[in-house]
Amino acid sequence: MQTVKMVVTGPFSSGKTQFISTVSEIDVVRTERKISSEAEKIKESTTVAMDFGRITVDAELVLYLFGTPGQRRFDFMWEILSEGMLGFVVMVDSSRPETFREAKSILETFRAYAPTPYVVAANKQDHPEAWAPEDLRIALRLDPNVKLLPCVATNRESVKAVLLELLYSILAEMEA
Amino acid sequence: MPLRGNLRDFSTDKLLNLISLARKTGTLTIEGPTEAARMAFREGKLIFAQVGNEDPSLAFVLRKVGKLTDEQARALHQRAEAANDKALGLLLINSGYVTQTEILQSIKQHILDVAYRLFTWVEGIFNFEANASPPAERITVPIDLDNVIIEGSRRMREWEQLQEELPNLDLALKFTDKPDARLKNVNLNVEEWKVVSYINPKNTIRQIAKANTMNDLDIRRIVYGLLQAGLVELVRPIGGTRPLPGAPQRKPLTEAAKQQEKSLVNKLISRIRSL
Repeated sequence: MQTVKMVVTGPFSSGKTQFISTVSEIDVVRTERKISSEAEKIKESTTVAMDFGRITVDAELVLYLFGTPGQRRFDFMWEILSEGMLGFVVMVDSSRPETFREAKSILETFRAYAPTPYVVAANKQDHPEAWAPEDLRIALRLDPNVKLLPCVATNRESVKAVLLELLYSILAEMEA
Repeated sequence: MPLRGNLRDFSTDKLLNLISLARKTGTLTIEGPTEAARMAFREGKLIFAQVGNEDPSLAFVLRKVGKLTDEQARALHQRAEAANDKALGLLLINSGYVTQTEILQSIKQHILDVAYRLFTWVEGIFNFEANASPPAERITVPIDLDNVIIEGSRRMREWEQLQEELPNLDLALKFTDKPDARLKNVNLNVEEWKVVSYINPKNTIRQIAKANTMNDLDIRRIVYGLLQAGLVELVRPIGGTRPLPGAPQRKPLTEAAKQQEKSLVNKLISRIRSL
């Protein structure tokens, strides 16, 4: 059996766990803890080690989705998680501009860890305060050739579209 | 009562505050993870500071602030007066190289530079030895600690923020390929140019800092600025560090292996479409 891995990363509360849950065929293996920091108390618990989801392709091939911990004090996990990945998704909460700078920093760090293809998912596009993807592109200073995709992590079609765009990028790089 | 502990439990700002409030006289030594530092105080005022193996002599201080050239500093080291900062200071003033004010300002700046560096230390065993004085041959300049603590705390917050933005100094930098990012259109200061001159995927940020004798805060501040300006991007250093086990190796694939990989990705695409 061959296994391949994709990583879903992004700042705290950007929707990584939800993204994986929406497409995983198993209940996502979560390693969550109650939030300890006052500043980060916008949700009850957060991922401190990693999320783990699975999509079986056939009897010979399985895709694993790993979600990174969102809090920077667990960033020692990033390098470990990035090992051997096929590509990665950077999740950004489009409604929280205060996290954009961190998202950019995470993106740059992951790119440095592994020069694999990646896409940026502008998550929570259904939120009334969400920034439009084209504004997010400017805010994150993304090159025009970087794929920035609107996303609603609770919507399966939306998550599928992000994963497919990442796979198209991976394919394109193989053909280049 | 000995004043001993770890910065982890009692940070530099608290320590200096205590020394200031208690108007202590003595020498504080801190054994950090990579280097040691010492600061001397007289009645709660900072009068002397030294970090690591840095030469605390007047010749070094004046060279650092650009009042002396490397050659002049070297020549002075060979003279007997160089062993005593007070004698050297008199010689330099009498020869018209520097004024007394310039000497005092330079020493003050040097002491402050060392003190501010210590604010970024989060770990280190400290020990305050009451009534221990700095070496007699050094010139001391009394500095009120109140402003040092305020500025040091501000730098500490900045350092924490920059550490979050740029957690790993073992990564390297390369210039972006973006056509709109051109160094000739950017105004860089001397320190930034020094960093820029070392940018190469072979050099880690830490190595660049060492080559320019910059501390973590200064190098992070400059690299962060260059990243924000879109001039550089972070990369894994070439050849410097071990490859990650299991990381995709960029060795050329055979045509058969390439086809196999493509087939795998196409399978994934079909599967995700069918979800």
